[in-house]
Amino acid sequence: MKNMNKSTQKLLSTIGVIVVLYIVLSVMEGTGNLSSLLSGLLVPVCAYSLVAVGLNLCVGYLGELSLGHAGFMCVGAFASAFFSKVFMNTIPDVPRFILSLLIGTCFAALFGFLIAIPVLRLSGDYLAIVTLAFGEIIKNVINVIYIGMDSKGLHFSMKDMLSLGMEPGGTLVVNGAQGITGTPRQSTFTLAVILLILALVITHNFVNSRTGRAVKAIRDNQIAAETVGLPITKYKLIAFTISAAIAGVGGVLYAHNINSLIATTNNFGYNMSIMILVYVVLGGIGNFSGSVVAAVVLTLLPELLRGLSTYRMLIYSIVLIALMLFNWAPSILEYRNKHGLTAAAIAAKFKKKNTKEVS
Amino acid sequence: MGFLTYLINGLSLGSVYAIIALGYTMVYGIAKMLNFAHGDVIMIGAYVTFIGMSSSGIPAVPAIVISIIVCTALGMLIEKVAYSPLRKATNLAVLITAIGVSYFLQNIALLLFGSNPVSFTSVVKWQGLSLAGGQLKITGNAIVTIISCLIIMVCLMWFVKHTKPGQAMRAVSEDRDAATLMGINVNATISLTFAIGSGLAAVAGALLCSSYPSLTPYTGSMPGIKAFTAAVFGGIGSIPGALLGGLLLGIIEILAKAYISSQLADAIVFAVLIIVLLVKPTGILGKQIKEKV
Amino acid sequence: MALLEVTNLGISFGGLRAVDEFNLSIEKGELYGLIGPNGAGKTTVFNMLTGIYKPTDGKIFLDKTDITGRKTADINKAGVARTFQNIRLFGDQSVLDNVKIGLHNSFEYGTATGILRLPKYFATEKEMNNKALEILSVFGLDSAADILASNLPYGKQRELEIARALATGPKLLLLDEPAAGMNPNETRDLMNTIALIRKEFGITILLIEHDMKLVSGICEKLTVLNFGRVLSSGLTSDVLNDPEVIKAYLGE
Repeated sequence: MKNMNKSTQKLLSTIGVIVVLYIVLSVMEGTGNLSSLLSGLLVPVCAYSLVAVGLNLCVGYLGELSLGHAGFMCVGAFASAFFSKVFMNTIPDVPRFILSLLIGTCFAALFGFLIAIPVLRLSGDYLAIVTLAFGEIIKNVINVIYIGMDSKGLHFSMKDMLSLGMEPGGTLVVNGAQGITGTPRQSTFTLAVILLILALVITHNFVNSRTGRAVKAIRDNQIAAETVGLPITKYKLIAFTISAAIAGVGGVLYAHNINSLIATTNNFGYNMSIMILVYVVLGGIGNFSGSVVAAVVLTLLPELLRGLSTYRMLIYSIVLIALMLFNWAPSILEYRNKHGLTAAAIAAKFKKKNTKEVS
Repeated sequence: MGFLTYLINGLSLGSVYAIIALGYTMVYGIAKMLNFAHGDVIMIGAYVTFIGMSSSGIPAVPAIVISIIVCTALGMLIEKVAYSPLRKATNLAVLITAIGVSYFLQNIALLLFGSNPVSFTSVVKWQGLSLAGGQLKITGNAIVTIISCLIIMVCLMWFVKHTKPGQAMRAVSEDRDAATLMGINVNATISLTFAIGSGLAAVAGALLCSSYPSLTPYTGSMPGIKAFTAAVFGGIGSIPGALLGGLLLGIIEILAKAYISSQLADAIVFAVLIIVLLVKPTGILGKQIKEKV
Repeated sequence: MALLEVTNLGISFGGLRAVDEFNLSIEKGELYGLIGPNGAGKTTVFNMLTGIYKPTDGKIFLDKTDITGRKTADINKAGVARTFQNIRLFGDQSVLDNVKIGLHNSFEYGTATGILRLPKYFATEKEMNNKALEILSVFGLDSAADILASNLPYGKQRELEIARALATGPKLLLLDEPAAGMNPNETRDLMNTIALIRKEFGITILLIEHDMKLVSGICEKLTVLNFGRVLSSGLTSDVLNDPEVIKAYLGE
């Protein structure tokens, strides 16, 4: 019981910090004190955080390494952007966005579910490589899809624009490698923050529920979980599907924040999957709030280093390696233990100075 | 004749994948880690060869030798600085560190060589064979690549089977703790594995860029991922598996490009991987490990 | 018919016949011992009874239902729970949660109810907590409910594993070397606990044991396994005096 309260407390304080940050940033933006660079990052940071929270459910609680979550983000992004584009002139803004959010989430969940059925039969590094493969397939296939719309309805092709056979007045919705352009830019910072908080609440409630306990039991010891009568496949599927759905929400936000949505290795390929995994591991495996913190810090870090121009990504990579060694290398951990440099000890010192801020 | 040409091109590309896959599979077998930075070592190797040949005017073979030396040293250095402190940490921590190293190498290359692609001059001057009255052309690159791959494979298999360090490698990959108890220097063995894998990466880099001459700091990334796929495909940890996986992957990729769709070739390669793993969850030549209850 | 009826059970791993023509009949309420030297195939029998291994031959009936070769989770639902020789707890979860996972199939609310925290969630969780604490109190573990399972001392971990198995509401409880690694005091406590849960939960128990003292002290009947075959079986006193058994255990 105490355990649960502790995690609930942590959730509430995380939400508190997010709300405070939201207010501060909104005021700064309203008064023109936020650089355009930073304000342009507000929604993407929330989108990455969402995907990281989703991936953390998979890595931290299901105990399976996925390198394909950018693929689910991609599905969410394209499904929702497609819907928004098609019904741009027929459904009013607000209900259309709500519907497209639902559609993006459901499609990501559906893909997660379908992919999980075969994939979850594998484990460990094999599962990781197969999810990576699925992510790449999704990205590749989206790059050859052409969909057009005219008075007769939708036209679909996987070859090129001309083979759609559209009427002269028709509009091209999905243009192969050029993706979808002109999606309404409806992802506001407010909306992004609300969705992020919602995802944190949902994941927190999930892992502390009957189903969540079963998922954790399967992660801790699958054989024991079977002998106490848990249906392994069912719970693995549920957890993976929810994880994919949350990544999909991140995709919806991402898609409605840019003018031209294209699928490249950097935004929806393995590079993105890996970047999100970095957030999850650095923020703490199984620690949802940590994922958000890591996503925010690591997205802002290269931007703050922008003054250093060409050196910034180099510094970023060095910081990443150093952080990993600092946090995980057994010999360094031993040294930190000896000299009172553990996270707990540092946090305690910090707490004394800023009691109010932390509570 | 078209099909034969594609097949030979596929074998050639597959040979490059196989050489890269060796680096992945040996490191995985012995250190139990996915060395995500391996693809970037290939890129560094290619740049070193390029500089040796173009800027300094050294002939191809010595340039490659220099590149092998540089990459071997680089591989051992990376292992020492970034991976060995994490030997007892979780796999995930090592994986993320490897990703960090990958970013580091890419960005170092970006600083040193810039982001514009350089045009790599082939290390093979020979034009190749023209058979069946000119209908079937086999490039010198393809022949040299395939032969190099076979030589490397044979040497490596001999090395692992019949030499002392090779036996130490097998012992460490079977059971690291038991190997330590038997007096095998595990650190030295892992270091040697990285040295061999990285040296091979230098060769792979030169061969890859001879066939696909546009070289950028990101050149190694995708072939790296695909070679890793090839290693998994063949059964990760197995040297013949890397060869088989690499060759199959290269052939599938080239044939898919030729006959189905060049844009979907990668998707098809990955789809085949998924199907193979679903039928045989540890790869074609991989060993099945069952948990003891 | 007996509660557990095993006939001609056998399994081969490759060419190796690990267990052959194994027969066992346990009546309701009995405390039955399965003994034998190392490598005799005792744990293999347990693994077949719980569906972790699929037997190559023979039949297993629990309460007149054929459970041969069924899935582990289904066999548990049918009424068989077990512990493991090398303890398998859910180490990253609290002692209470370990037992609540055992209660998983006895209490029901859906995933959505849990995410949305509907009233049913709070009501069911409360019931589950009470029930779990009740089971834990039998072992004196209720005061340790919030501790991580992996932080419990060794002997307590074994007891928690039994508590978790009991939480699934089994008809038959399989204990795989419950006294392994325990000192004489802990072993004596364990014997008392086993006697207690048998009374409290009215349960049938089959246990694997090396410790002859424990076996002769509490089991009514024994089956001795040697090289995968039944060497002797029957009332404890008869079996222990069987010359074949003495030979197998003490050597010639």
